[in-house]
Amino acid sequence: MMTYRKRGGAKPDSTEEIWNLRLYVAGQTSKSIAAFANLKNICEKHLAGKYRIEVIDLLKNPQLAKGDQIIAVPTLVRKLPEPLKKIIGDLANTERVLVGLDIRAA
Amino acid sequence: MGKAKKVKHDVDVLEKCPTGIKGLDEITKGGLPRGRPTLICGSAGSGKTLFAMEFLMRGAMDYGEPGVFMSFEETQEDLAKNFISLGFDLNDMMSRGLIATDHVRIERGEIEETGEYDLEGLFIRLENAIDSVGAKRVVLDTIEALFSGLSNTAILRAELRRLFHWLKDRGMTAIVTGESGDKTLTRYGLEEYVADCVIFLDFRIVEQISTRRLRIVKYRGSSHGADEYPFLIDDTGLSILPITSLGLDYPVSTERISTGIPKLDTMLEGKGFYRGGTVLVSGTAGTGKTSLSATFANAACLRGERCLYFAFEESPSQIIRNMGSIGMDLAQWVKKGLLRFHSARPSLYGLEMHLVTFHKVINEFDPQIFIIDPISNLTSAGTTSEVKSILTRLVDYLKMKKITTFLTDLTHFGGSLEHTSEEISSLIDTWLLLRDIELNGERNRGLYILKSRGMAHSNQIQEFLLTNQGIGLVDIYTGSGEVLTGSARAAQEAREKASELTCRREAERRLREQERKRKALEEKIAALRAEFDAETEEVHLIAEEEQKRQAILSEDRLEMGYLRKGKHPTVPQSAREKRAKGE
Repeated sequence: MMTYRKRGGAKPDSTEEIWNLRLYVAGQTSKSIAAFANLKNICEKHLAGKYRIEVIDLLKNPQLAKGDQIIAVPTLVRKLPEPLKKIIGDLANTERVLVGLDIRAA
Repeated sequence: MGKAKKVKHDVDVLEKCPTGIKGLDEITKGGLPRGRPTLICGSAGSGKTLFAMEFLMRGAMDYGEPGVFMSFEETQEDLAKNFISLGFDLNDMMSRGLIATDHVRIERGEIEETGEYDLEGLFIRLENAIDSVGAKRVVLDTIEALFSGLSNTAILRAELRRLFHWLKDRGMTAIVTGESGDKTLTRYGLEEYVADCVIFLDFRIVEQISTRRLRIVKYRGSSHGADEYPFLIDDTGLSILPITSLGLDYPVSTERISTGIPKLDTMLEGKGFYRGGTVLVSGTAGTGKTSLSATFANAACLRGERCLYFAFEESPSQIIRNMGSIGMDLAQWVKKGLLRFHSARPSLYGLEMHLVTFHKVINEFDPQIFIIDPISNLTSAGTTSEVKSILTRLVDYLKMKKITTFLTDLTHFGGSLEHTSEEISSLIDTWLLLRDIELNGERNRGLYILKSRGMAHSNQIQEFLLTNQGIGLVDIYTGSGEVLTGSARAAQEAREKASELTCRREAERRLREQERKRKALEEKIAALRAEFDAETEEVHLIAEEEQKRQAILSEDRLEMGYLRKGKHPTVPQSAREKRAKGE
């Protein structure tokens, strides 16, 4: 079953929409742990209070890989806001993550 | 190099995995290496995906090995359409749990790369698909799409290497496709990872005619055919021509089969052709080649044999109609399934494609008689030497299968009659020549046997007649030191008949005369004999009289003596008494 690990501010800002992020990992590897830590940092810094992270472990739910066309892990998928964005890797490069998520213009 | 580190414990005998693709298992001597990946490379449109598809479908249907098709280019709907074009119902196979598909879509614009990653997602998807059907075969078509979707090639290469190891560890017989590069087999050097078996598909167009060819670049641990093999893609999948040239060690038959023309059989020791032999009929246009081949086909069908007729000039219905005019009903054999026509324009595709088609149809129909009418048209699809090479392969193949081959060859006006056929003469066992004989303002057909291996054959030229009862052969008039055909022959024959009749009448008259003379003579003899007999009788009578007279005379003389001496004779007494009694 899905492993939901909801994070983020308890009181979302009503004027702005919620950022719905999904992080696909495969087991507790160093890369996936690093990716999650990096993501959390970035979100707290730039999207405080208006984000939600869903971590999906493909080892437990392999059939979910097909839906979001996951080939690499870790993969971060921005489900909302549209359009869909994908960032692969351990998210170590904050600048690129911000650009990739359209939080900051390139 | 990681390649060198590959574990090879299972090297004692390389197990092979039959592909079920026509001809391929013969070239590879059993199929692809089981439990290992095979690279299929070639340019766009060379048939890589179809190859992979058929491998998967045949495995699932014929060998009980379910498969996974992981597509990096086409969606599942497109795949299903492609499968249908080869006669496979992908959706049905999927619902029966024999095939699983997964479409991997990679959009470069959507993906941002930051830092370290691996392709575990792909592995998980593949494993999930494999487990869902219990797959033994895997197709990755084409994994190169990863290179255009992801920029970190260092990670990619490491992951690909891991992927192939992973497939091997799971014992998957895998096909990986790759587009050919400028100087390398594949654009991204996939051959570096797939070291066991590499097959190259080629698609060439020469003079607007396309030919597909397949070559096994390498096959580690196995011998394999090293040539380029032509292949064909049609609605039943791929057909690869397994041979380039066979040896000359095929078995021969001593069985003879009729040509369908009694007189022609007579010219061939009264028995006809050898079964499994190769017969060539050459002649200029309109000399009756098609009629001769149809007659042969008809005779074969009458014996209940199957006959395959490749027509390069006429459509089947036209041949059937035309042969009806010389009293042959070929349609009945087509209906009974004994005769199959195959019509195509020679320029439809390249020579080797023709050869592949021949093979494919021969294997499907399994005929005893194979006819090509005419082979000369094939030259329009290639050069003379190519035609020869194709025919050599074909004839060798047919001989091996003991199929009697009947080829016709259109020779050209003006040229030497035997000229165009010289190239293939060595392949031919029995060679019939049809030719025009132009004489006295008309054109007639003549037939003679140029050669016929292994049998005594007639050296006569026969006049070849097409009648509404079929083909007739008539001895050509060769009397009075000239050769006559057609109406000249008929006229000459009539003249001969007339003079013969006169001669016969004369002879009969003489016979009667002689008989009459004989009778007259016999009558004369009889008369003479009668006369003679009469004379003889008279002579006898006279002689008798004379004897009697003599006897009486001598008696009288004795008596006279007695009377003179007064002495009565003792002995003659009785005689006297007898005489007195009137005896």
